[in-house]
Amino acid sequence: MEAAVFAVGAVICVVGAAGVILNRNPVHSALCLVATLFGVAVLFIAQDAHFLAAVQVIVYAGAIVVLFLFVIMLLGVDRAEDLGEEPLVGQRPAAVVVGLLLGGVLAGTLAAATITGLRSAGGAVEAEESTPNITQIGRLLFTDYLFAFEITSVLLVIGVVGAVLLARRSSAGTNVDADEEVDEISSPRDREPVEESA
Amino acid sequence: MIAASTVDPAWYLGLGAVLFALGATGLLVRRNPLVMFMCVELMLNAVNLTFVTFARELDDVGGQVVVFFVLVVAAAEVVVGLGIIVSILRRTPGATADDVSLLKG
Repeated sequence: MEAAVFAVGAVICVVGAAGVILNRNPVHSALCLVATLFGVAVLFIAQDAHFLAAVQVIVYAGAIVVLFLFVIMLLGVDRAEDLGEEPLVGQRPAAVVVGLLLGGVLAGTLAAATITGLRSAGGAVEAEESTPNITQIGRLLFTDYLFAFEITSVLLVIGVVGAVLLARRSSAGTNVDADEEVDEISSPRDREPVEESA
Repeated sequence: MIAASTVDPAWYLGLGAVLFALGATGLLVRRNPLVMFMCVELMLNAVNLTFVTFARELDDVGGQVVVFFVLVVAAAEVVVGLGIIVSILRRTPGATADDVSLLKG
């Protein structure tokens, strides 16, 4: 049973990942990314990580990909990219070779290695009817990983502030011509002080 | 664990390796900054899959907690990264990764 689930999930994942790379249109890439994320969620369920599967669908497929599509539509960059054009000669074949090498090294390591490490005594994955997956994660999150959890909240605040800052700067510059703005950025000394105060 | 695992964990790890390699290749091959960002997400997902596999293999929920943190960091990263990409693409419409060389001397 699990073998069938794994086979289906793996095929969805790999096909989706290949689609992200090979599609010329960014919108199609984003939709292929959704397929991969759902495939990974299925594999999470196959491995008894039910809470993470739900979070994967809600956060990744629900929020992050929608954000991607929103930016694509907002900027109007949804036209096809010419994959044949090469600004750096020989970069694409070299990249494919490097990617194949990376995959080969990872697979070779996997084939040569054995999984070591002690089975956990403390945070053991207990039988499902006794403690649900989400209870175990919650318990661990607020005991052993409490500091990391608090740091995460700081990170989220920083992210929000950074996003607001970036968005504000670019929206203030929309009145200026695009070319003028580039000049302004590249040579800040030429900027007039009047502009600064205004 | 009630259900006996019928799939060897090496298969999951192998799939993770393939996904990671695909993401890395895409990051090197594509020039659209948004698609490059999606490839980064692919690599993060490959690592998440590996973490969950080891969490089950070693009977330790700690691996799943780490995946939770990776999800949070990925969300924050996407917000800031897309903000930067929006401001770059507003300045120079249709920019690719090669065009963003303002810091080059």
